Parts: sequence; structure tokens; C-alpha cells
Amino acid sequence: MAGRRAAGRPPGEPRRVAYLYLLPAFVIYAAFLLFPIGRAVQFSLYDWDGLSVGRWAGLDNYAAILADEGLRAAFGHALVLVVFYALIPLAVGLALAAVLNHAKVRGLGFFRTVVFLPQVVAMVVVAVAWRRVYAPDGTLNALLGALGLDSLTRGWLGDYAFALPAVGVVGTWVETGLVTVLLLAGMSRVPPDLYEAARLDGAGAVREFFAVTLPSVRGEIAVALTLTVIAALRTFDLVYVTTRGGPGTSTTVPSYEVYHRAFGLGQVGSAAAVGVTLALLIFVISFGINRFADRGLT
Amino acid sequence: MISRGERVANYVILSVFAAFALLPIVTILGAALGPSDSGGTAGPANFAAAWEVGRFGTYLRTSLAVSAFVVVVSVALSVMSGYAFGTMRFRGQSALFYLFMLGIMMPSEAVAVPLYFDLRSLGLIDTFWSVALPQVALSVAFGTFWMRAYFRASNRAIVEAARIDGASTWRILWQVLVPPARPAVVTLTVLVFMWTWNEFLIPLIMVTSESLRTAPLGLAFFQGQHTSGFTLLAAGSVIVATPVVIFYLFLQRHFVRGLLQGAVRE
Repeated sequence: MAGRRAAGRPPGEPRRVAYLYLLPAFVIYAAFLLFPIGRAVQFSLYDWDGLSVGRWAGLDNYAAILADEGLRAAFGHALVLVVFYALIPLAVGLALAAVLNHAKVRGLGFFRTVVFLPQVVAMVVVAVAWRRVYAPDGTLNALLGALGLDSLTRGWLGDYAFALPAVGVVGTWVETGLVTVLLLAGMSRVPPDLYEAARLDGAGAVREFFAVTLPSVRGEIAVALTLTVIAALRTFDLVYVTTRGGPGTSTTVPSYEVYHRAFGLGQVGSAAAVGVTLALLIFVISFGINRFADRGLT
Repeated sequence: MISRGERVANYVILSVFAAFALLPIVTILGAALGPSDSGGTAGPANFAAAWEVGRFGTYLRTSLAVSAFVVVVSVALSVMSGYAFGTMRFRGQSALFYLFMLGIMMPSEAVAVPLYFDLRSLGLIDTFWSVALPQVALSVAFGTFWMRAYFRASNRAIVEAARIDGASTWRILWQVLVPPARPAVVTLTVLVFMWTWNEFLIPLIMVTSESLRTAPLGLAFFQGQHTSGFTLLAAGSVIVATPVVIFYLFLQRHFVRGLLQGAVRE
């Protein structure tokens, strides 16, 4: 019987045994991920302090995300971080990769190793290092002093105006290498005759970039944006270690609000609503980016 | 083809960005190897001091245990579930697969809060399992996706031949498919190891006793308590980062490939 089946239907013949192979992974996945998602949605519909009995709140916790100034600010800060984590690295990465792709420079391998390194270092370590760079007696102020720009020195992370951009620059530092390496890989796959054709048509370096390079790496751009936008929206460790949302609430972000509300303020329902909203936002944005990229390919 | 000026400009651009990338790393390495805050030790002795004072030995042991468990369990489970999705056909296949895909993008922030309260009712909070199992669940989502992609592209003829020889699905998986899958498994292993080692939120929420703190969590607490100087903190940071960085330097291709391809949908 087995032989007849195998002969009729090549690969992937229907097999009940598949469920057995899925079972162990699915049990853990369902218990520790799917079930908590459902519970998060449930929690978000209650007003609950984590100890006493919760009170039904309907969609109040979600309405608060729009109404509550603190929460609105947190999501606003996340959008600012998207600029630093995703848009700046993309712009820099495109320029850098375009230059490096043409140049026959030595040390490219070493450069790649170095710029990709921030991806593998624990964010807590990254945060500790940058706290030192931004400290009043830290590296950045020392550099500014050496350049005779003492008037610009400050405690960067304690400054209401500069704390959020300072956190953002750490994101730029972490993501630029990833984006550059990704785009370099994409550009190295562009067939050389495309460039040749552009040159014969009299295109300069800039025209060539927009006419040949940019359309060819559309897929890589989508991947880069997906990864970096999600990283920006999920920022937690960095804020927890560098600023704890401060000074005031000038660097608070959605993930930090989830933690702070659930375990600091005893607003578990609100924390769950922020978490669910964040998850939905991430789904919508990555879906949108990929739709955009797919349309570009056809 | 390239003019001298252009070549010089390229090197300048490369150097500027390498410098930007290295600035915080040099800052922390310099501080870790510099004179200590109290003036007692310097150079490598700072690491021994941080190991003692900061109790990084304990934290590294916990991190090692958690990472080893999460890596072994989630890679084994992912190989099996990826095998099912990649080589077999069964009812509900695509619905189940999308269910797994949900976990790849799901931020742990969204599930950590309900997990804490439910595990607290079960009395499982502040245990090894409360740190490890949620991370197995997160890793298995990606691992299933990763191994499915590999098995789908693997050689069908060999599988068919083994099947006709009467090999069971279990033997086909471990003796026919897995040996040539080593690169894919290694990539998955280093990624899961890195994610687990560096994870911060889950241990932060789940753990209160000091003996269960993972290395990044221990570092964050050490920073909060030890405000008098930077040397030991820097040395502790280097200790926490080193295991993954060593893996990265030896298996760089796997890290780059995994992190870049992991995002590519089909």
C-alpha cells in the first residue's frame, strides 16, 4: 500500500504522521505564545490592578491610547525613533553601499564585520556603552571639547530636548550596519551590463543610481525597512537602561509603557491594550511594506 | 577606471563609518582596561574584580543554562515541525503555518504581561521554566519557518529513494535530511543562542531572585547599584557581550545570512 501511494503522489504525500511531528512544537508555542495573546486581548478589556478583581472596561483602555497624553506621546516618540532607526540608516546605507559597490577597496570584509557587530551585542551592553559616551564627562563631550565646541557640551541623556534624539542615534548606530550589508549584497547581484547600458545612454553616476541601482534593490529595501521599523517600534532595553523614559516623559516609548504600567503603576489592563496595539501596528506596517515591495516587482 | 581622488574619498568614507561604529566599543574597552575607580587594579585585573564584585560568574552560569536549554529544545522541535511543513501534506497545513508565522512578528512585550500573571497564579514565576519556556515558544516560530524553507528546497529524490527502501519518516528525517542540513541548523542555532543570551524583557519580568538573573539582567542591576565608577561596569559589559561576539567572529556568515534572510517572506 505504501508503494502504491508513493508511486501515485510524489513528494509531500498526505500524512497524518505530520501532526505528530508538529505536536511538541505546537504545544509549547500554544501555551506560551498563542494563549497569552488571547489573554492579552482579554486583559485589555478590563480595568485591573493585577491583584483585586478586575472591572469590565470595554474599549476604554484603547480609547485612552488616543486620549491619554502620556500614551500618545509614547507612540509619537516611537515614530521619531523610526526616523532614526529606519530612515536615516536607509539613506546612509544606500549612499554607502552605492559607493562601496563600485569601489575596489581593500578592507571591505573588515568593514563589514565591524559595522555588523552592533547587531550581535546585547542591547543592554550597547546602552551601557552609549550612556558612557553621552555622560557629562563622557566621550562625546570630550570630543566636542577637543574641537573647541565646549558651548555644545551637556548631559545629553538628561536634556529634555536632546534625550530622544540621543536615544535615536544609538538606533542609527545599531541599524546602519545591517542596512548597509543588506544593500551591498543586493547591489552586488545587479548584472554589470545594466550599468554598462546606462553608461552608454550617457547617464551620470546620480542618474545611474536612480535608474538602475535603486529599482534593483527594491526587495532589499523592503526587508531593511521591515527589520528596522520593527526594531524601532519595539525599543525597550535601550530606554530602560539609558533613560527610563525620562527626563520627565520625554523618551518614553510603547514597550516601556507596557512594562511601567503593568509593574510600576498597577494598570495591567492599560498595559495589555498598549501591547496589543503595538503588535497590531507592527503587523500592519510590515504587511504594508511588503505589499509595497511586491507591487514594485511586478 | 577609478581616479586616485575617488579612491582616497572611498577610504575616507569607510574610515569615518568604521570609526562611528567603533566609538562606543572603544569607549567601553578602554574603560574596562583602564585604571580602576578605586585605583586598586588595572588592566585585566578589572575583569576579575567585576567577576567577584558584580557576581557575573553566577549570571553567566544562569545565562548558559537558559541558552543551552532554549537552543537544544527549540532547534530540535523546529527541525521536526519544519520537516512536517516542508515535506508533508496534511489537512489544515496552511492555517497552522500562518499560526506559527504570527509568532515571528509578535513582540514579546505583548505577551509578557499576561504570561507573568498567569504563571504567577500557577506558582511558576521566578523559576528557570518561566524564563526558558516563553523563549522556546518565540524561537520555535522562527525555527519552524527557517527549517521549513530548508526542507522544501531539499532533494526529493533522496527522500523518495529512502522511502521506497522502507525507511520510516523518523529515520528519513534524522539520517537522510538532517546531515546535509547542517549549515541551516548551525545558522538557526547561533541565532537562537544570540537571541536568548541577549534577551532582556522576559528575565526582567519573570525573575526576582538573584541566582536566576541572566547576564544582561545582572548587568542592568549592577549598573543601577554601582554608580561610583565606570571601570567595573565596563568590564562587566565586556564579559556579558563576549560569548556572542566570539561566536560571531567565527561564524559571521551564519549570523549575517540568518539575520538578513530571516526577514524574507516567501
